[in-house]
Amino acid sequence: MKKMLGKIIASTRMKSPWILHFDCGSCNGCDIEVLACLTPVYDIERFGMVNVGNPMHADILLVTGTVNHRNKKVLTNLYDQMPAPKVVIAIGACGLSGGIFRDAYNVVGGVDRVIPVDVYVPGCPAKPEAIIDGAVLALKKFEVLRQQKLAV
Amino acid sequence: MSNTIIAIIIGFLVAPLVGGLISGLDRIITARLQGRIGPPVWQAFYDVIKLMSKESMVVNVWQAFCAYAYVSAAAIAVVLFFLKSDLLLILFIQAVGAVFLVVGALSSTSPYSQVGAHRELLQILAYEPLIILVIAGIYLETGSFKISAIYDWNQPLIFKLPFLFVALGYALTIKLRKSPFDLSTSHHGHQELVKGVLTDYSGPYLALIEIGHWYDVVLLLGFCSLFWATGAVGMLALLALTYFAEILIDNVTARMTWRWMLGYVWAMGFTLCSVNLIWVILG
Ligand code: SF4
Repeated sequence: MKKMLGKIIASTRMKSPWILHFDCGSCNGCDIEVLACLTPVYDIERFGMVNVGNPMHADILLVTGTVNHRNKKVLTNLYDQMPAPKVVIAIGACGLSGGIFRDAYNVVGGVDRVIPVDVYVPGCPAKPEAIIDGAVLALKKFEVLRQQKLAV
Repeated sequence: MSNTIIAIIIGFLVAPLVGGLISGLDRIITARLQGRIGPPVWQAFYDVIKLMSKESMVVNVWQAFCAYAYVSAAAIAVVLFFLKSDLLLILFIQAVGAVFLVVGALSSTSPYSQVGAHRELLQILAYEPLIILVIAGIYLETGSFKISAIYDWNQPLIFKLPFLFVALGYALTIKLRKSPFDLSTSHHGHQELVKGVLTDYSGPYLALIEIGHWYDVVLLLGFCSLFWATGAVGMLALLALTYFAEILIDNVTARMTWRWMLGYVWAMGFTLCSVNLIWVILG
C-alpha cells in the first residue's frame, strides 16, 4: 500500500513540475530562451510544466545568469521559500561558472557557489531544447531524492 | 434513505472528480485555442496529488484552518445541492467558504496575498448579489427555493429567465477566475500579483484550495443546470455550451481592473436582473 502510494506520488511529481524562473543578473539571452519554451513551438505545458511566479508553489528553480554579491541573498531567499522536494537548474555559461562576466569585480560566480545545483544546462544562450532536456533530467532527480529519503 | 446516501456520496466524492476533469478539459481547450497542444486531461489530478505530497509550509495556523474551512464549506454546499436542499442555504454556506479563503490570505503579511485578498473580497461583492437576485427570480417563477421543486418544474426556466441566466454567467466568470474578471488570482496569469489570494498557500493547503475550487465549479454548474431541468440531454448541452462560452471569453478578453469589474458587473447584472424580474412579475 505504502509502496503504491509512493509510486503514485513519484509519477505525479514527474508529471506536474512547476517551474520558477529567476533572472540572476543574466544578459537576457538565456531568459528569452526560457520563455521561448512556453510558446506554441515548444509548449512545455504538454509535460504539465507551468511557469509560476511564486517560490512557494515551485518544484524546480531555473536560474539564468551570474550570481553577484547583491542578488545572492535574493537567490538563497527564493531557494529557502520553496517547499521540499526541490531541484535547481543552472542555465547558460553564466549560471554554470560566471561565463563572460566571471572576472567582473562584483561577480561571485556560478549558481552553485550559493545554492546546491542539480542540473547544469550549458550554452550561451542555452537552447530551448537543451533547457527542456535539463528539466527532464531534473525530473529524474526527484526520483533519486525520493529513494534517498526512503533509504534513511 | 438510500437515495440520500447515494446523493451524499455523489456530492462528496464524484463531484470533485468531475470538477477536476472539467478543469483538465478547460486547460486543453484553452491550449488548443492558443495553438498549443496542452497538458493531459488528468493534469489537474496530477497537480493536486503532487501538491499533497509536498512539504507543508504554513505562514500561521489560521491559514491552515482557513484552507480546511474553505474546502469543507465548498463540499457541504455541493452535498446539499445533491440532496436537493434550499438554494439560499447553499449559497450562504458557499459564501462562508469564500470568505474563509479571503481571511486565510489576509492572515499573512505578504503584500501580494493582502492585495489578492482585497480583490477577492471585491469579486465576492460583485457576484454574490447577482446570485441572490437569480435565486429570487427562480423563486418568483417556481414559488420555491427548494431544488427538488425547481427540478420538478414542467418547463425549462431559461425561456422565462434568460436575462437572469446571463447574469448568472457573470457570476460564473468571476467565480471560475476567468478573464476579464480574474483579478484576485488566475489559472494563467502566473506573474501578475504573483498568485494573488493564493500566494501564501502552498503545498497541501494549495491542494485543498484547488479541490475546493473543483467543488465550486460543480456547484455553479449546478446552479446553471436549474435553468434546464426538464431533460438530461438539454441540461448537459446547456452546461457544455455555457462552459465553452466561458473558456472562449477567457481567451478573447484581457484582465480588467476591479473598478471596471464592480461598475460593469453591477450595472449590467442589476439591469439584466431587474428587467427579467419585472417581466416575471408582470407576466
Ligand atoms: S550564458 Fe550567454 S546568453 Fe546566457 S546570460 Fe550568460 S551571456 Fe547571456
